[in-house]
Amino acid sequence: MLIVGRIFRPNRPYPEKLEAYECGIASEGNAWENMGHRYYVYAMLFLAFDVEVLFLLPWALVFDQLGLFAFIEMVLFILVLVIGLAYTWAKGALEWRY
Amino acid sequence: METMIKIIAVFTLLMVMVGFISWLERKILGRMQVRHGPMRVGWHGIFQPIADGIKLLTKELVIPAGADKQLFLMAPVISLIFAVTPFAVIPWGSGQGYITDINIGLVLILALSSLGTFGIVIGGWSSNSKYSVLGAMRAVALMLSYELPLILSLVGVVMLTGSFRLTEIVSAQAQQGLWFVAIQPVAFVCYLLAGTAETQRIPFDMLEDEGSLVNGFFTEYSGMGFSLFVMAEYINIILIGAISAVVFLGGWQRPFPSVEFLAFLDVVPAAGWFLLKVFLFVFLVIWFRGTLPRVRYDQLMYFGWKILLPLTLLSILLTGLYKVLDFQHNLIFYYLITFILSLFCVTYCSKHFYQEETTLKEVRVGI
Repeated sequence: MLIVGRIFRPNRPYPEKLEAYECGIASEGNAWENMGHRYYVYAMLFLAFDVEVLFLLPWALVFDQLGLFAFIEMVLFILVLVIGLAYTWAKGALEWRY
Repeated sequence: METMIKIIAVFTLLMVMVGFISWLERKILGRMQVRHGPMRVGWHGIFQPIADGIKLLTKELVIPAGADKQLFLMAPVISLIFAVTPFAVIPWGSGQGYITDINIGLVLILALSSLGTFGIVIGGWSSNSKYSVLGAMRAVALMLSYELPLILSLVGVVMLTGSFRLTEIVSAQAQQGLWFVAIQPVAFVCYLLAGTAETQRIPFDMLEDEGSLVNGFFTEYSGMGFSLFVMAEYINIILIGAISAVVFLGGWQRPFPSVEFLAFLDVVPAAGWFLLKVFLFVFLVIWFRGTLPRVRYDQLMYFGWKILLPLTLLSILLTGLYKVLDFQHNLIFYYLITFILSLFCVTYCSKHFYQEETTLKEVRVGI
């Protein structure tokens, strides 16, 4: 569709048009800079929990055949991660501030 | 050959639905704000999407001078592709109403739809505009945070059916005579909220917040690039609605599939019921947009991590108890436990929503 659009649309670039949009004020500096560290804390947490989900899915698939023992096992496993979450929570790592 | 026809049919249907939803959204929003919405093009503006499409097709695609040109052009295509591909396994109707039916359907959908984040990140980053980069960063944090509750709320259903195959999930609901929403109300609500966030719709759309970020990650896009992003967004809404229909609302079946005297409802074809359920979600999402204000970014992250995540974990626990303790026959007891535990969980978590007294001044949001 981008290619089809190439046929129809006008293409008249000039320098002002090609500037990054900043409410009409001339852009200063580069946008590819360091970002706030908060994002990375959440990314780390996400990694830990995503791996948990990875283990959870096959367990859920065969849950019927495994019965009570597997259920208790998984409850313990999730409990460990919940304690981890509670720890980060209590430590204030989930807070969105500097 | 048959598959090819189905692919084309599904793709066409999607495009028509995207157009229809964009019209529906403007119409419903207009009515909610006591105005008419689009009225000019065709009957009650029904051809408005076509006019919009032609207009966007003939608009210039400005590529900013500082942008990474290849990535800039690639990003909308990536995000559209990963929005469309999951529909390969969605069963639209009974019988052969799907393109393929593979045994890991649900996992495939989750994997592909989460790849759509790449389109957003690449688009935001390659524009080399501050608004776009900030929007992209917010988008990643949002998608990561809400992906966990989204997946975890679907785990319970896999536990109940013992299969990732979507057609089997639907037929399991037919066998039980109960939609899974009746067994997992908590997971369903969590899924709806996480799904709304995942599609970047209004109560959760800090990443394209006009007030602070102009238009978020696609600030620099115009013409076709812009419209591909918007199309991807609408298709994502359809996708989330379709998954919720298949997994929680009984797929293509009529309401109460085991009750005999409701059989007259079968006059509506299976695909009709499915589309009806999808549009139920679409309407819900538009309704959110019409009524709810945006949340603040820190509240958004807290809501995902401190309320939805514990709630979905609780819902998995409850589903496990349902299976192990055999609650099929005393559902009322099960509902009672569900209600009490969820209430406890929500009140406990929201008590610790803010750890200290935060004033608006202290929270520098989302930078």
